[in-house]
Amino acid sequence: MSGVDAEIGGLVAREYKEGFVTEIDSDTLPPGLDEHVIRTISGKKNEPDFMLEWRLDAYRRWGSMNTPEWAHVHYPPIDFQAISYYSAPGSTGDGPKSLDEVDPKLLETYEKLGIPLEEQKMLSGVAVDAVFDSVSVATTFKKDLAKVGVIFCPFSEALQEHPELVRKYLGTVVPQGDNYYAALNSAVFSDGSFVYVPKGVRCPMELSTYFRINAMNTGQFERTLIVADEGSYVSYLEGCTAPMRDENQLHAAVVELVAMKDAQIKYSTVQNWYPGDEEGRGGIYNFVTKRGACRGDNAKISWTQVETGSAITWKYPSVLLEGDKSVGEFYSVALTNHRQQADTGTKMIHIGRDTSSTIISKGISAGRGQNAYRGLVKVLKGADNARNYSQCDSLLMGDRCGAHTFPYLEVKNPTATIEHEATTSKIGEDQLFYCRQRGLSEEDAVSLIVNGFCKTVFKKLPMEFAVEAQKLLSISLEGSVG
Amino acid sequence: MLTIHDLKVQVDGKTILNGLNLEVRPGEVHAIMGPNGSGKSTLANVIAGRDGYEVTSGVVTYQGNDLLELAPEERARQGIFLAFQYPVEIPGVANVYLLKEALNTVRKSRGEDELDAMDFLKLVREKLQLLEMKEEFLYRSVNEGFSGGEKKRNEIFQMAILEPKLAVLDETDSGLDIDALKVVANGVNALRSPDRGIVLITHYQRLLDYIVPDHVHVLADGQVVRSGDRSLAVELEERGYGWIEDRAGDIAGVQAG
Repeated sequence: MSGVDAEIGGLVAREYKEGFVTEIDSDTLPPGLDEHVIRTISGKKNEPDFMLEWRLDAYRRWGSMNTPEWAHVHYPPIDFQAISYYSAPGSTGDGPKSLDEVDPKLLETYEKLGIPLEEQKMLSGVAVDAVFDSVSVATTFKKDLAKVGVIFCPFSEALQEHPELVRKYLGTVVPQGDNYYAALNSAVFSDGSFVYVPKGVRCPMELSTYFRINAMNTGQFERTLIVADEGSYVSYLEGCTAPMRDENQLHAAVVELVAMKDAQIKYSTVQNWYPGDEEGRGGIYNFVTKRGACRGDNAKISWTQVETGSAITWKYPSVLLEGDKSVGEFYSVALTNHRQQADTGTKMIHIGRDTSSTIISKGISAGRGQNAYRGLVKVLKGADNARNYSQCDSLLMGDRCGAHTFPYLEVKNPTATIEHEATTSKIGEDQLFYCRQRGLSEEDAVSLIVNGFCKTVFKKLPMEFAVEAQKLLSISLEGSVG
Repeated sequence: MLTIHDLKVQVDGKTILNGLNLEVRPGEVHAIMGPNGSGKSTLANVIAGRDGYEVTSGVVTYQGNDLLELAPEERARQGIFLAFQYPVEIPGVANVYLLKEALNTVRKSRGEDELDAMDFLKLVREKLQLLEMKEEFLYRSVNEGFSGGEKKRNEIFQMAILEPKLAVLDETDSGLDIDALKVVANGVNALRSPDRGIVLITHYQRLLDYIVPDHVHVLADGQVVRSGDRSLAVELEERGYGWIEDRAGDIAGVQAG
């Protein structure tokens, strides 16, 4: 397998192009976490009282919890007192402003990342909320969206403008004490995106948030809440990058989705946090809780994720299928190379009748990467005729990496139909030789094969993101005829 | 264009080719016949550059250069095509996508421009017709779920698109019913040209009823033990490989003595 090993090195050892640092003054809290820090964060954002109380409640719960150790990942204990919990670029300290007032350095940063924030330069049909360290620095197309009643704004702004909506839904899908990192996030979260799509509205453009960590020794704790009211539809995309640093940085986000009767939410992620270097130095710890609730009948939530970054990924975008005939989907590609570790999957909780869920997971391991799929399909007593289809495929490149599958199944209703398929394959010498005999370089051959392996998931991404995702796996879309 | 001199090849320490000689000139069609285990497929794989075949002695020259020095993709770009005995499946990769990548890579190395989508599609449709294949073939994953016959047909289809200088067909006839065999043979015959060499590796002489070779070689124990014209294949068909193997044993005995 020596040829393959050498090749994989070449394929994923591409430079991390997003690894630059923006030199900008920032308002950063000193490292450490106590009630005072939480009051300070809440105070900086001029939050309503209920929010501060909610944070403090979460903080107390967090204090009595232990770090989860069941995941198939290994890392030294995190010193939570060594992290700064708030860092804002100087000029945006008092909340979002119009684009004209945004520091040009920030605009330049996003431009460099391929996300121009000037509306005329952007891809039409995509509205962006740009989150830089702990705060949102710009949100585009807000006015256009407001015309149809869609609220798309930074979380901190939502707390000012629509506190009743936030209060109504916050924590209803991921409670404060849900898990260790969700509790931490609930206590210290600084910003994120808020989306509300009113009844019967089909959101006219893709909404997206681009998360950027820049400051040193800080953690990013964003919170996203998306509510799709009855009969509405929204597609939301999220992307993320960070500078290359030798120390690890913590990113502990919480995402809550609420889909009411007949509503549909499509949530896509291309996660490209700095993965650390070949020896495993540095990189982001990506410990994220994502969950959606299909509150009404016929509601549908789809998660699609392409996870190529982070030193460690720990996330399980899940769906609570409460409404009858509601639908949950999870499509995932997770790539681990060098010493990256991923423990990712989903939970599909069938509560209503005639609910259905689909899980397609593609894990790719290279170098010394460790990749685990962990999924739970749970069918409660009342969930008559629940259906689940799960397919978990692992692709191994070289012989120093690992792939693991942990499917859990709890069925309490005999009418359920559950199908599970799993495969593990090595990228074949035969496949590589076949492509090379047709003239492709070894590198192109690997790209082609990996691309094919991931195709069913890529097809679920919105076009702009599909391109990005394929580029991330160093694959070109060019050449597809027909 | 291809000269093989005294080629000895081992696989896992076991000698498979033991002093093979072969000369293929442009425009010629050579049939290599022989019983199972005689080294036919090893020859094909060594020409294409597959890993795991250790050349212990001998020289292979292609267009005047040392072929064994070249990586497999370099050989392909210089016009060597192997129609695989067992074409591999590549899930999720459309047939047409691999084909376009391959064609453009080969064209680029010849100093030609990449074909645009229209010209490419035109070429592809023309060759589909030649192999009597439906257009849906293009959009199916490479060889995935193909029947044995479809896989073989797909190989010749690729060959027709890539227009190699030297084509090696490794038991392309095996597993084909008579109708499919005729279609494949038509495809190969359409590619016969004064500047192209073709090596047909086959177990049965049946294929040679449809693709008439200029030369026939019989392989046994890693050597060419008989060479002749088409009549040799007919003779083999009548007398069986036992006849050749006895002779090979005699030759080996004489050499050993």
